Amino acid sequence: MTTATSALGTRFARGGALLRAREVGIGVVLLLVFGVTTLHNHNFATASSVQQLLSGAALIAMLGVGETLVIVTRNVDLSVGSTVGLSAYIVGDLFKDHPGTPVILGFVVGIAVGAVIGAVNGFITAALRVPSLVVTLAMLYIIRGVDGLIVNGVIITASNVPNAFIAIGFRTIAGIPWLAIIAFAVVVIVGYAMRSFRSGRDLYAIGSNPEAAALAGVPVGRRVFTAFVISGSLAGLAGALFLALHAEVDVTGGTGYELLVVAAVVVGGVAIFGGSGTVVGAALGALLLNTINQALVASRVSAFWNEAIAGALLLLAIAFDRWLSLRVARGLRSAEGAHRDL
Amino acid sequence: MTSEPAIQAPRKREYAGTDTTRRPWWRRALRWETGLVVVLMATLIFGTARSSDFLNTTTGFYIGLNMGEIAIMALPLTLIVITGEIDLSVASMLGLSGAVMGQLHSEGWPIGLAIVAALVVGALGGALNGFLVARLGLPSIAVTIGTLTLFRGLAEIILGARTITDFPTSLTNIGVVPVPGTQLSYSTVIFVVLAIIFGVVLHATGAGRAIVATGLAPEAAQFAGIRVNRIKFGLFVLSGVMCALAGILFTLKNASVSYDAGTGLELNVVAIVLFGGVSIFGGRGTVIGVVLSVIIFGTLQQVLTQMQVQPEVQNIIIGGLLLVSVILPNGAEAVRRLRARLRTGPHLARAPRSQRSARAVSSSDSSLTTEEKK
Amino acid sequence: MRLSEQPEGVGGAHGKPRLELGQAAKAFGAVQALVDGSITLFAGEAHALVGENGAGKSTLVKILAGVYQPDSGTLAIDGQPVVLSGPNAARDAGISIIYQEPTLFPDLTVAENIFMGRQPLRVGRRIDRPAMNRGAGEIFTRLGVALDPQRQARGLSVADQQIVEIAKALSSHANVLVMDEPTAALTTVEVERLFEVIRALRREGAAVLFISHRLEEVFAICQRVTIMRDGRFVRTAAVGDITVDEIIRSMVGRDLDKLFPKTQVAVGEVVLQVEQLSREGVLHDISFSVRRGEIVALAGLVGAGRSEVARAVFGIDRRSAGVVTVRGHVLPNGSPLASMAAGVALVPEDRRQQGLVMDLGIDRNVALASLARLSRFGLISPTRERDLAATWANRLQLKFGRLTNAVSTLSGGNQQKVVLSKWLARDPALLIIDEPTRGIDVGTKAEVHRILDGLVADGLAVLMISSELPEVLGMADRILVMREGRITAELSRAEASEDLVMRAATGQLKAAAA
Repeated sequence: MTTATSALGTRFARGGALLRAREVGIGVVLLLVFGVTTLHNHNFATASSVQQLLSGAALIAMLGVGETLVIVTRNVDLSVGSTVGLSAYIVGDLFKDHPGTPVILGFVVGIAVGAVIGAVNGFITAALRVPSLVVTLAMLYIIRGVDGLIVNGVIITASNVPNAFIAIGFRTIAGIPWLAIIAFAVVVIVGYAMRSFRSGRDLYAIGSNPEAAALAGVPVGRRVFTAFVISGSLAGLAGALFLALHAEVDVTGGTGYELLVVAAVVVGGVAIFGGSGTVVGAALGALLLNTINQALVASRVSAFWNEAIAGALLLLAIAFDRWLSLRVARGLRSAEGAHRDL
Repeated sequence: MTSEPAIQAPRKREYAGTDTTRRPWWRRALRWETGLVVVLMATLIFGTARSSDFLNTTTGFYIGLNMGEIAIMALPLTLIVITGEIDLSVASMLGLSGAVMGQLHSEGWPIGLAIVAALVVGALGGALNGFLVARLGLPSIAVTIGTLTLFRGLAEIILGARTITDFPTSLTNIGVVPVPGTQLSYSTVIFVVLAIIFGVVLHATGAGRAIVATGLAPEAAQFAGIRVNRIKFGLFVLSGVMCALAGILFTLKNASVSYDAGTGLELNVVAIVLFGGVSIFGGRGTVIGVVLSVIIFGTLQQVLTQMQVQPEVQNIIIGGLLLVSVILPNGAEAVRRLRARLRTGPHLARAPRSQRSARAVSSSDSSLTTEEKK
Repeated sequence: MRLSEQPEGVGGAHGKPRLELGQAAKAFGAVQALVDGSITLFAGEAHALVGENGAGKSTLVKILAGVYQPDSGTLAIDGQPVVLSGPNAARDAGISIIYQEPTLFPDLTVAENIFMGRQPLRVGRRIDRPAMNRGAGEIFTRLGVALDPQRQARGLSVADQQIVEIAKALSSHANVLVMDEPTAALTTVEVERLFEVIRALRREGAAVLFISHRLEEVFAICQRVTIMRDGRFVRTAAVGDITVDEIIRSMVGRDLDKLFPKTQVAVGEVVLQVEQLSREGVLHDISFSVRRGEIVALAGLVGAGRSEVARAVFGIDRRSAGVVTVRGHVLPNGSPLASMAAGVALVPEDRRQQGLVMDLGIDRNVALASLARLSRFGLISPTRERDLAATWANRLQLKFGRLTNAVSTLSGGNQQKVVLSKWLARDPALLIIDEPTRGIDVGTKAEVHRILDGLVADGLAVLMISSELPEVLGMADRILVMREGRITAELSRAEASEDLVMRAATGQLKAAAA
């Protein structure tokens, strides 16, 4: 017999609909925040302000995409911030020491740096079976150290970087900043792959039930490794874009990004225990956090309040997600018989 | 009292053994801690090789002074990690409590009251963590990232961009002067006392057993009457208070506080705890291991600084040590599993529990599982 | 549990067997787990495999699953000799194992669960979702069940999860399905549905290997039965040609004199008094009592609320109404500690998750509920801890290597003894025991029953929850039958029968019950 579920449960029971509901929710909150702030301060809705919102969120959104891949598999990557810093500096260094370098090469190098770090993370986590929290935490230290050695007190400034490169940081097309377009492209490509390719679904399987995934023949080690490599590569890309955006980098580049990214991803509906969540949600989460940040500034709330509000928001988001999943789970339970909660 | 049940016809197999001598947990625990002792010896030898008067009391004083607050924060974190949770807000609470104390004192509060207020703030912050994790059941890694941000934000609201430096010299002396009669800093002595207490509690009391059971099998612990939620809540409050204590000591030692005091220290604390042999999966770890880890980290840092090794390289070394500390046991574990498999038979080698895994594929009590031994 | 079904003749037993395992042997180090494992499966038959724990069933099945490679012996599929190098090879050969614990992905849809790793593709190697959903629907139709392929797997009942597992097996074109204790957690309705599914599988020509401790089910659904003992094949027989006693004798190697020992005991004063216990949406107005020296059984179908009664009395779950009194003391709501202090003990249903801390040693597990009593000035005395465990290991005839060995190394029956030790060490007045012998082999079952009988003779009050009717009828002095959160009948030992209990459990008994 068809298992009897509540109307709400049936609607949410369809896998697709459930995911979409969460992302729509963030979108709604985003629009709300935007709307309310614009009421207070009309300048919030000007073109340049919106461009700022998009650019500001672009880097974290990109990092969020990579982090989502990793978190979906029940891992975490805490090394992304230091990877951004290292990659930004190496790319800047490249331009400084070899002024004629084509812009594209700068990106390639940045991505490569990230990919290498991602590969190390992935190898230790997947092959040596070490918990990723510890691995990426250790790598965070190591990369910062390496970064410090390379930097050696020398700051990369705008004069070292080719104009074409810096242009990417502020140029727009049809009013939309390049940074946002790149971030958007990343989200769309990765998001589609996660949904429509077997390897993408494998990631969800691994996070949802690692033992079942292994039993089903999913190449767990390989997939986790790839997730870390992608996360690292995106961090490397973000590093190059960091350089383009800020046009300068020192030893502190990217510090603290990892926690921001995790926050964005959680707010975006990615479960910290893996198995669910989308890169679209993560990107929206990044956008929401940035918008709130800027909204506080626009509403002339003292800047000192930013962090506290961000923290409170994150806690709210976590609690809300939990409440939501409990509600849905209750609706999804089949009518009779024993239940061993999956 | 129940009497012996009537003995029926005995089963055909004999008892496999009635050896009740206490053995393995000693051996197993000692292996990691022994390794730490070896590393410590190596570090000390290294230090003395570099400068012959390394092993003097001044060095000891400075190591203790540098590590004291971090060490104090590592103790409750050890217990929290053993129960299967984590607290990343430790350094932010250190900053917040320092900010509270500094602000109140600058407003004219007597320092004693300001200190008490800071401790209360610590308890409240810990209670927030405890409520969200233990009562609402939210994942501690996400929650404490949130409170990490929140506490730091509150410190920023309180202090803004100011730095408060006006503290009574009688107290700020703890940053310069050792405890009379010893050559140890005040924070060191406080740490030692606390470590002893924590060690006894974890390893020799019912509460300690309950904490370990909570980390290994929370549901079974509940069914045995252990109040899992209360324990976790209590540990988070404890962590909050002790981080507040650390913040007070930190502020007085430096004779100054600004909103970003201690930023990033949480990673040091987590690294020290993990390096001390506490399993991130919960249920395993010793206080002795963490103490050794603290000493190693402090000594190493001291040696490297005296060698004028840049902080960057120190970071690399710390990261490397942390990595090694987790890779090694996995290698050892894999070897052990292999050996056990060959020795004891068809008992399924257990796959490592996935991070924070809510349930393992359990070999149920059906035919497809553990065979009778021998 | 009596299911109205005549065992059918062996369909398709003519011609070549689908699978033939001959004299397989497997040793692990010094332990010879399998000495002579043999089994022959024909297409279209349901074949039971029975034997005690340690008989070698699991090793044999793991060999079929490709997890182990036999040291010697032959394996032929459809007449062709085959070597299974690993689980993938077994899957390719059409062998599929349905484990007792379904391994599904809660966050993914049912269809995705079925086709994980083998999703149908369209242009550009992209997943073809409509085809996937359709494929899942087709399988469900073949099986005769109605499940929504697009719903999330989270929230499915155990029975539904099993169906999904079976669908998974079919989707990979399995024609030998091995089911390990599939009915352990199912209601009668769900068991019947499962049996229909098995019949459907047989009609499709698959062979079903049915591993179970429930002999009545073996007779209800299987055509042939193979019995193993001590790693050896003992005999195979058509189900119509053998009796339960003969099966047990072959399994155990001797006559089990008394499976359900019952001594006459004088019943004493009331130990547990439950009045109008309710829990929102789960329990309604439950009232009963248990006295010293008696065993009261809670019978009923899975989902009737029996375990919930136990949990509410013990305090793991909060009750929304009602009063629970133990030896005259009213118990506060929702406090296991208070219940324990009043003398209540609960041996829970799920041994591995709720009854034991698997990674801790026997000694630590036995001590877990007595931490306060073992402490002096707050410090636990390791000697007293050890002695406690040793005493009880002896009393209950526990088989173990060292007291410090993790309980995960023990067999199911011995694990249950550890759980019992933990609670008996507290000298309780009331023992609530939920599924006392689930997943335990016949020999140890009898031991556990003996232990319970002895305890009751000494004045313990026992509230027993069991889904095994023979156990209920054999052990209980009074039987309370539950259905949908209510007590529908109270039967004394004398008047109770399988028929009566089942009718009360399924709501077919008129209100004029005793």
